[in-house]
Amino acid sequence: MKITADTPPVLSVLDRPNSYIGRAVPRPNLQRLTQGRGQYISDVTLPRMAHVAYLRSPHAHARIVSIATDAAKKAPGVVAVVTGAELAKVMTPWVGVLTHLKGIKSAPQAPIAVDRACWQGEAVCAVVARTRAQAEDACELIDIVYEELPAVTNPETALDPGTPVIHESLGDNLCFERKLDVGEVDKAFANSDAVVEATFVTGRHTGVCTEGRAVVADWNASEQRMTVYHATQAPHMMQNLFAKHLALSESQVRVLTKDVGGSFGIKVHTYADEMATVALSKLLKRPVKFVADRIESFVTDIHARDHRIKAKIGVTKDGVITAFEIDDLTGIGPYSVYPRTSGIEANQVINLTGGPYNCPNYRAQARVVFQNKNVMCQYRAVGHPIAVAVTEGLVELAAAKIGMDPLEIRRRNLFADDGYPAQTASGLKLEQLSHHEALAHLDAMINYAGLRAEQKALRDKGIYRGIGFASFIEVTNPSAAFYGVGGAKITSQDGATVKLDAQGAITIHSGVTEQGQGAEAVLAQCVASSFGVSMDRVRVVTGDTDNTPYGGGTWASRAAGIGGEAAWQAGKALRGNVLAVAGAMLQAKPEDLDIRNSIVVDKTTGAERLGLDELARVAYFRPDTLPPGFQAELMVTRHYVPRAWPFAFTNGIQASYLEVDTDTGFVKLLRHWCVEDCGTIINPQLVNEQIRGGVVQGIGAALFEQCLYDERGQMLNGNMADYLVPMAVEMPDIDCGHVVSPTADSELGAKGAGEAGTAGAPACIMNAINDALRPLNAQPLTDMPFTPGKILRALGKV
Amino acid sequence: MKPAPFAYRKVRSLDEAVALLGETPDARLLAGGQSLMATLNMRLSAPSLLIDINGLSGLDGIAHKNGQGSGFVEIGALARHVQAERSATIAKLAPLIARAMPLVGHPAIRNRGTLGGSIAFADPAAELPACLLALDGEVDAQGPKGKRTIKAGDYFKGLYETALGPQEILTAIRLPAADSNTRIGFAELARRHGDYAIVGLAASARADGKGLKDVRLAYFGVGNTPLRAEKSEAALAHGDVDGAVAALDLDPHDDIQATGAVKKHLAGVLLRRVAAQLMEQRP
Repeated sequence: MKITADTPPVLSVLDRPNSYIGRAVPRPNLQRLTQGRGQYISDVTLPRMAHVAYLRSPHAHARIVSIATDAAKKAPGVVAVVTGAELAKVMTPWVGVLTHLKGIKSAPQAPIAVDRACWQGEAVCAVVARTRAQAEDACELIDIVYEELPAVTNPETALDPGTPVIHESLGDNLCFERKLDVGEVDKAFANSDAVVEATFVTGRHTGVCTEGRAVVADWNASEQRMTVYHATQAPHMMQNLFAKHLALSESQVRVLTKDVGGSFGIKVHTYADEMATVALSKLLKRPVKFVADRIESFVTDIHARDHRIKAKIGVTKDGVITAFEIDDLTGIGPYSVYPRTSGIEANQVINLTGGPYNCPNYRAQARVVFQNKNVMCQYRAVGHPIAVAVTEGLVELAAAKIGMDPLEIRRRNLFADDGYPAQTASGLKLEQLSHHEALAHLDAMINYAGLRAEQKALRDKGIYRGIGFASFIEVTNPSAAFYGVGGAKITSQDGATVKLDAQGAITIHSGVTEQGQGAEAVLAQCVASSFGVSMDRVRVVTGDTDNTPYGGGTWASRAAGIGGEAAWQAGKALRGNVLAVAGAMLQAKPEDLDIRNSIVVDKTTGAERLGLDELARVAYFRPDTLPPGFQAELMVTRHYVPRAWPFAFTNGIQASYLEVDTDTGFVKLLRHWCVEDCGTIINPQLVNEQIRGGVVQGIGAALFEQCLYDERGQMLNGNMADYLVPMAVEMPDIDCGHVVSPTADSELGAKGAGEAGTAGAPACIMNAINDALRPLNAQPLTDMPFTPGKILRALGKV
Repeated sequence: MKPAPFAYRKVRSLDEAVALLGETPDARLLAGGQSLMATLNMRLSAPSLLIDINGLSGLDGIAHKNGQGSGFVEIGALARHVQAERSATIAKLAPLIARAMPLVGHPAIRNRGTLGGSIAFADPAAELPACLLALDGEVDAQGPKGKRTIKAGDYFKGLYETALGPQEILTAIRLPAADSNTRIGFAELARRHGDYAIVGLAASARADGKGLKDVRLAYFGVGNTPLRAEKSEAALAHGDVDGAVAALDLDPHDDIQATGAVKKHLAGVLLRRVAAQLMEQRP
């Protein structure tokens, strides 16, 4: 893959003499990870630690008649064999609902199934043994008698009267429903020159992390304290949940999260097997480790994106979009996932559809129904790829119908760059976006006119290439509006503590977490810049609820925008405190001094006055020499939470250039571009890596990835050979471009960049394929992933 | 993903391995392990004994041997894919193997996997069994009754089932060496490089004036074994590509990547592409 990108935009007003803002500096944790000294959960070994393996239901829906564990209990190395009923005495069940999703309902979920297994892969019994291999051996000796129950596996019929209800107590299979009707939709369609309807399908898929889910729980009975080493995105959220369901106080639970091998939203949920592992440690009073293997990951890591959307757009012959209408149906698992719920994704589809466009007429319905399949919940760019596919698919189909260029129709409808603040039809408040500037940038970057000319020339030779676009908006930097208002103990605030040590170096403790995305680099850059030291003088500590400020962690593209701002402010505050010490030592006014490159200098002349090492020596060891009553404060904490806007929306536009082999239905990706606006860019290399990685996951959705289930609820391709994650060879060069519209809600002005790539890529690929096949009068392809078979069928070849 | 317990023996001779296979009927031979280890870890198989033949000497050669016509290329069963990939002998005298090799899995797999293991395992979607069939090669096997040679046409019996007896060990693969009249063709369609193909086709023929004779088309990924398309071979020998496609009598089953109908369509597309390769005149 060739890496090309824009030159970083000019440095912002935040630029200070030794600023790292806007620079591609190496990550501080790079050497640790590349030299194999990362500390992942698999690296954690504790005295008396045992390993748990879960026996999982082979049925999608079955009553557990009996469990015979005697033989397993006698197997070599076995410490305990524990059933759901036994573990229910240790840990209380949970219900994945939020009050701001009106009417959402779900059934209580236990750490291990008690009487009934509701999806293939649900844990039904635990074996704890000295090694994982012994635990797996003993699992084979457990005899469970099941009575198979009918499985609900088709969302289209889930609400029919004849379909069995998965949880009788809920009355039906409806988890959540939302309706929205804004403006005058019927009138707008009636006054349109063209109306296009299509049904979009986004395939159920999952985020395949390099490191599987993993946890080591260590109940210390002497301290009455639970320490959980956990590959999670949100340590404080998990601290709250472990405490709540073990009937402990939060002060009795410590969650430690060191290195995490990718998460993508997969590791921000409550997993029954992880909760069970923590409960087992309490029950057995010893450390217990659980590391999900690939096979169980595919049937337990949350799935996402399984939606069918009937959609409609109206346009005038001048290309003005008159109305959008969607009807979304999504089949989740048998439970709404705790605590973020499985209703958020559909809710986001309603919120985001039509998002880039100034169109006041919008009607939407979404229904979320239970299924006897693995659970679904939030995966990178929650709801965005679906909403963007629907919106951008409709826009390009409408453009084709009225014979308008796909970029031109966007120019005529995108919110004007000078028209902010603005509000979408669905009610999203937009502070400042740059759709038109991004589009113009992309137009030039891809040499659009040249590409069209090449496309035309090749079509005459029987080569079918397509150009597709996707404009998008992305939710980042969420305020309490996302979860807090719904009653979940998930903070939208984050904090940073910075400390000057006795040799003048800086340590940062932050509430956000490092998942491999480079959050620690961003935090170090912010503090090094606002305080005034070089990066090598900064050490970052994350992921320890005993020692880091209370924070939300990493999700919804919040680590840089929120965690970064807290770190920036903490660095600034510490600089003030240090300059107060310097002022006292130098008998100067602190406001006449500054810190540059680890040295206190005269602010105007830059003349060196005092090294930080000397300052720290005096402050820590000879405070007696400082003026009476003066106390040096060389450790400060600052918090930040977005208040002015519910979310800091970002925007952008992607383009795909590809070739369809019309004989085989194979798609060759030739090139991909993304121009995005994430506000202030702290580290252009990390932003571009986020965009590229996100695009690749979006390409996975469009062409490769799908969790295939049969009508009995059996997952058919739950392994790395049959579930196709996108691989390097098939990926095109991905070029990144940037527009910068900082948010005024923070001093840093940074918005999130983690999900833009994933949000736009699937729509972009879809539109490019349809563009390629348009001269062949193929049926538009709207059913992801676009396999060779589907393309051949659209071409009428099979 | 931990294998069930098994015993392990590293053998010093083929005779020892053959004897152990006799003593322990569910024993499995461990060569490159690229298929076996995955099935063990997923507990899809649980042999009580693994017989490691990796230490046996003299089984990893690649050599040109004299014989009928231009002779043979003999490949020892323990030759790794990477050896074949880099072998000048293979490049010159077994160009079909050379063409297929970069498409067998990924470099890490080719570093460990053996040609003998691939042929012995006989995955119907794998490249090498189809190449063996297309080239009309043969394999050597050693068992309790001594050595024997099995022609490719007699070797593939069913899904992962071959003519090898329970105590027999494949020791070498022998392919006719290519000469100036040898024509080969190879194509496969996989959604990701290195995956098992949805459909693949390995082919060989001999130039006959401006036409072809002895056309052998061996499809993979379309049945329980690599499959010859004999009616199409005859049409192709007459230079009739359309006829060859029309004569394809494959009946592939649906699988996770494609329906039988898609596979059949793609088999026809591959036939046209491979026919063009076969008909290309060498300088």
